[in-house]
Amino acid sequence: MSNWLDKIMPSMIRSESKQRTSVPEGLWKKCPKCGAFLYRPELEKNLDVCPKCEHHLRLTARRRLDIFLDPEGRQEIAADLEPVDRLKFKDSKRYKDRLAQNQKATGEKDALVVMRGKTLGIPLVACAFEFNFLGGSMGQVVGEKFVRAANIALEERIPLVCFSASGGARMQEAILSLMQMAKTAAVLEKLKQAGVPYISVLTDPVFGGVSASLAMLGDLNIAEPYALIGFAGPRVIEQTVREKLPEGFQRSEFLLEHGAIDMILHRHELRERIACVLAKFTGQPKPAHEEAPHYEESQVPVTRD
Amino acid sequence: MNPNYLDFEQPIADLEAKIEELRLVGNDTDINITDEITRLKAKSVSLTENIFSDLTPWDIARVARHPRRPYTLDYIDLMFDDFDELHGDRRFADDLSIVGGTARLDGQPVMVIGHQKGREIRDKVKRNFGMPRPEGYRKALRLMEMAERFRLPILTFIDTPGAYPGIGAEERGQSEAIAYNLAVMSRLKTPVISTVVGEGGSGGALAIGVCDRLYMLQYATYSVISPEGCASILWKSAEYAAQAAEAMGVTADRLQELGLADRVVTEPLGGAHRDMAAMAVSLKAALKDGLAELGKLPLDELVKRRYERLTAYDTGR
Repeated sequence: MSNWLDKIMPSMIRSESKQRTSVPEGLWKKCPKCGAFLYRPELEKNLDVCPKCEHHLRLTARRRLDIFLDPEGRQEIAADLEPVDRLKFKDSKRYKDRLAQNQKATGEKDALVVMRGKTLGIPLVACAFEFNFLGGSMGQVVGEKFVRAANIALEERIPLVCFSASGGARMQEAILSLMQMAKTAAVLEKLKQAGVPYISVLTDPVFGGVSASLAMLGDLNIAEPYALIGFAGPRVIEQTVREKLPEGFQRSEFLLEHGAIDMILHRHELRERIACVLAKFTGQPKPAHEEAPHYEESQVPVTRD
Repeated sequence: MNPNYLDFEQPIADLEAKIEELRLVGNDTDINITDEITRLKAKSVSLTENIFSDLTPWDIARVARHPRRPYTLDYIDLMFDDFDELHGDRRFADDLSIVGGTARLDGQPVMVIGHQKGREIRDKVKRNFGMPRPEGYRKALRLMEMAERFRLPILTFIDTPGAYPGIGAEERGQSEAIAYNLAVMSRLKTPVISTVVGEGGSGGALAIGVCDRLYMLQYATYSVISPEGCASILWKSAEYAAQAAEAMGVTADRLQELGLADRVVTEPLGGAHRDMAAMAVSLKAALKDGLAELGKLPLDELVKRRYERLTAYDTGR
């Protein structure tokens, strides 16, 4: 797992993460970009954006949705869907055991969380990848949950928003994961034909089968700053072309320059800007301006479908 | 060692060399060695049968990449008439790792698209070892949309290690090119049959492989990542490729068991490269069956079924 992560992480982050620090786990966190020690409650108030260098740290899927959705009226979709090890896959560990271990560590059944809710009053369906669950990799459950999310969007003609953070297709589900690329692309084409908006938000990192399917197919593709996004991982490319990769290669800013994404948005702006654009797409009035970034954990219980 | 034979094929290669030698000797002398040649030929057949009856998934992955394996242009040559190769994506370049154009299959007009690897070193470089860049996928898409307009069924031939991992490919949107093909292919109003003829390498294969019928040649493979790639990530060394091939279940038989491959087309004894013409005959017959079957469906029904097939859950599709 760690080796797998290494492959898609930039060398700078990689080397820093290996340095041992004597900072107690919990109250302080080191910024992976500038190395500043950040007081966790302050960091959380700032939506996990480093106040020193503006680096956008990774979020769990639930926190991502918590930040994005209005507190009221959330309903989790397909929460009970659980992965099945159809291939009885085993490498140095059984896939079954890896699943159990990742479920325990993250509290999620698989790598995608889907909720129906509102953002600044705009009804929508939102999905978020859980990167801590096997690197946010896409297997059958992720594909199926994404399709169920899209189907609700289609039936109710409300927008779909997806926050991706993924290393790609899940190797342990082999060819079955590959087919999730075609599956998610097919349902998105339905949305497109039906005129139902789909916003893809790419967050650090997005690669492989997720990048080459649902993440690049948004009516709008939006990225957070400095997210690493591409088809092939930087190491694989470096080994193939045998030259040093250009500065900033595969970062959000690089993608914007090359025309792959519509915009880069600071995490503090995501909620409002997405709501505003969706309001235009769906013929609703401009949502009211929100002063402070919305960050408090929702105290309203989430219902399940 | 003969580089045109895999290691497990070497005993066959040795025997074949011996037969060839005897044949040359026979031409020069009066000694009758026909019996000996016949005996050795029979031995070669049983040896090949023996070796090929017991291939591991990793052996099969290597047959799928055999240096003498027929490529898309070989099949076009052997199965189709009246082929017009069409070039370019109209945006940036002509990617020679994907070839395509209009052709006739026993009179029926079709659009043919496939990955193309090179045989000799210069040709390999020209074809980028069958690894397309975004322009290749965009050319393929242009031809597929053209096929839809003119009501031509699409036959694709998959044989790629994967999409090219290069700087320019990333700059020009490799991910988007693949994703966009997947989306559009899901609703093309014309029948699509994809055949994995060699290596089906991940998204780079799927980008021309969203279809109504998936065929696989007997020794073709299809997987989410190459066995070496999987091994180097999960086993931390490419040397475990054989284990990875086994675990991922990359073979035609396995894909058929999972309900993903609709038909496995049997290869000639010793693999497609041992008798390209025979391979082409059986593949052609299979494709004609498929086209006849799909041709009976109204186009709306065809597209509806394709969509159901793509989005089904936990049926292996």
